Amino acid sequence: MNDLKLRLGQNQGVILAIVVFFLMFTLYIANHPAGLTVPVVTTAANKAVLLALVAMAQTLPVLTGGLDLSVGMVFIMTNCLASSMVSGDPLQIAIGTAVVLLAGALAGLVNGVIVVYGRLQPIITTLATGAVYYGIALLLRPVPGGDVDEELADFMTYTVFEVVPTSLVVLLAAVLIIWLPFRNSVVGRGCYAVGSAEGAAYMTGVAIGRSKMAAYTLAGLLAGLAGLMLTFVTFSGEASAPIGGTYTLNSIAAVVIGGTSLYGGAGGAIGSIFGAFILRTIDDLLFVFDLPPLWQPLFQGVVLLVAVSLGAARVFQIRNRLELFK
Amino acid sequence: MSIQENMQGALQGALKSVDRPVVIAFGFIVVMLLAGSLYSSSFLSANYLLQQLQVAAFLGIIASGVMLVILLGHIDLSIPWLVTVGGMMSTAAAGWWGPEYAIPFGLFCGLVFGLINGLGVAILRVPSMIFTLGINAVAQGVMVLHTGGFAPQDHASETMRWLAVERSFLNIPNAVFIWAVIGIAVVILLKRTPLGRYIYAIGNQEGATFLSGVNTKAVLIACFAISGMCSAMAGVLLAGYSNKGYQAMGDPYLLPAIAAVVLGGTHILGGRGTYLGTVAGVILISLLQSILSVMQMPEAGRQIIYGCVIIGMLLVYGRGQRVQG
Repeated sequence: MNDLKLRLGQNQGVILAIVVFFLMFTLYIANHPAGLTVPVVTTAANKAVLLALVAMAQTLPVLTGGLDLSVGMVFIMTNCLASSMVSGDPLQIAIGTAVVLLAGALAGLVNGVIVVYGRLQPIITTLATGAVYYGIALLLRPVPGGDVDEELADFMTYTVFEVVPTSLVVLLAAVLIIWLPFRNSVVGRGCYAVGSAEGAAYMTGVAIGRSKMAAYTLAGLLAGLAGLMLTFVTFSGEASAPIGGTYTLNSIAAVVIGGTSLYGGAGGAIGSIFGAFILRTIDDLLFVFDLPPLWQPLFQGVVLLVAVSLGAARVFQIRNRLELFK
Repeated sequence: MSIQENMQGALQGALKSVDRPVVIAFGFIVVMLLAGSLYSSSFLSANYLLQQLQVAAFLGIIASGVMLVILLGHIDLSIPWLVTVGGMMSTAAAGWWGPEYAIPFGLFCGLVFGLINGLGVAILRVPSMIFTLGINAVAQGVMVLHTGGFAPQDHASETMRWLAVERSFLNIPNAVFIWAVIGIAVVILLKRTPLGRYIYAIGNQEGATFLSGVNTKAVLIACFAISGMCSAMAGVLLAGYSNKGYQAMGDPYLLPAIAAVVLGGTHILGGRGTYLGTVAGVILISLLQSILSVMQMPEAGRQIIYGCVIIGMLLVYGRGQRVQG
């Protein structure tokens, strides 16, 4: 019983995010003219899964106390790569998919190596590598275009057994195959340790460098998976800096809304997924409530600001003001 | 005697650690100019250099505010739309009430958003990275509503054009003088006022500064407010330069501003850095962008070189300490 209480206490942020999402999504479905139908859910899922994957990617470096400002650009870069590699006969498609995912992981590994061995601050490192990845995306696709195997893309953006959106299955697979094993591994726990207290982690023999590099590499891999999914949704590749920037910034917001601390050491990718779902549902709600388009950006901004300020509640509960400065 | 020697040694050590990035950054500027002059002799002409300074002035004004925030150990991601707010609200004010209201109103709007940033970070203790991001989104929303709902005037007033484009003294662009005035004010603020000491102190140990009786909240709010005003000022000048305030005009300035501050040796986690370094960083970034565009490097190559130069330079002098217990 006590154990359950403790676990609930530790996961407050995640639980809150899940509850808020289900409330918002119910509100959305209740006001949607078509109601709860498979196409409505599939469309919502396809949009939300892209941000959810990028937010998962962002979570890993944040857990180590870092940040990855290049996730959006890796997302764009792998999108451009996929738009020229994932087509042809099945073997070519398989190789292309593998290359795209590997390219994402490699981009993440480069970030990790610079942060660990170069000992540069993650913010500025990923800011700079983000520019490089955007440059590579432009090299790959100077003008929007390309194509992707249509059968595969259709399958990935429709449903399994005509009920469950395939994109949600992909997201679930990412959680089951990448996130959960990682979180329970020694390296993954090392990420939490590094984020909580790097010096203490070092003294207790945690392989700090290995944990950090794994976090950035997996972030690249997940961003690569998101880029691949984007290609299936849009059937093309586009090297667009605004899209990359928006995804990077929204991924940070999703991580925070999902209950992960920006100071590292607490939280997880599940929360970020629901954080991303919440952000996407806000957009959908604006659509069903038919808010004048001119008001939409302001409304989105205010909701985002309020959402990230919710954590401020703790400020008013603190007895010892010195705790504010931790 | 030995204490004095110790102090001297410590002082020299401190000078060395601060100055090295500045020296390397200025050295790199000279190398870039020389390399550029091999490509075309016009790189060393006074006209080209002044033109570079004029473009650098916009970035320099933004970087001045960003530097104060970074010295605190925070970051201001609301730059893009606060620049836009400055540009668009000043042109709108010129249309509503007359040209003399343009610049004050633009700066006032930047100040208001900056104050909200400061309140959120200082009072609510939301991490600055995410709160300023939210303010950026709100500012964008306000600007979209403002343009679409009120169809405001978007062309710059005579004074704004004069400040941004004209060269009224010794053929030096007026924008450079504005940057110089702001820069000198920031140097005096950092070196000669208690507020400046508090900024460095908070960047090093906020809790200790609070316990020493400093009103840390006021310092945080002041710095974010100054940063908001600097962004708005740059927006006013940019609107004057292109003769028009338009949406997303501040988008290309966020990353260069942060990069310039950090390349100038200011520590991204706060507490260390000099304004001279920021000047070096600003000139370096502007010059790098200009040389790449003069060489007609395609955008892709420009981005890659840009990123590699930042990483490369920081690997030379910006590396952190090895983790120890």
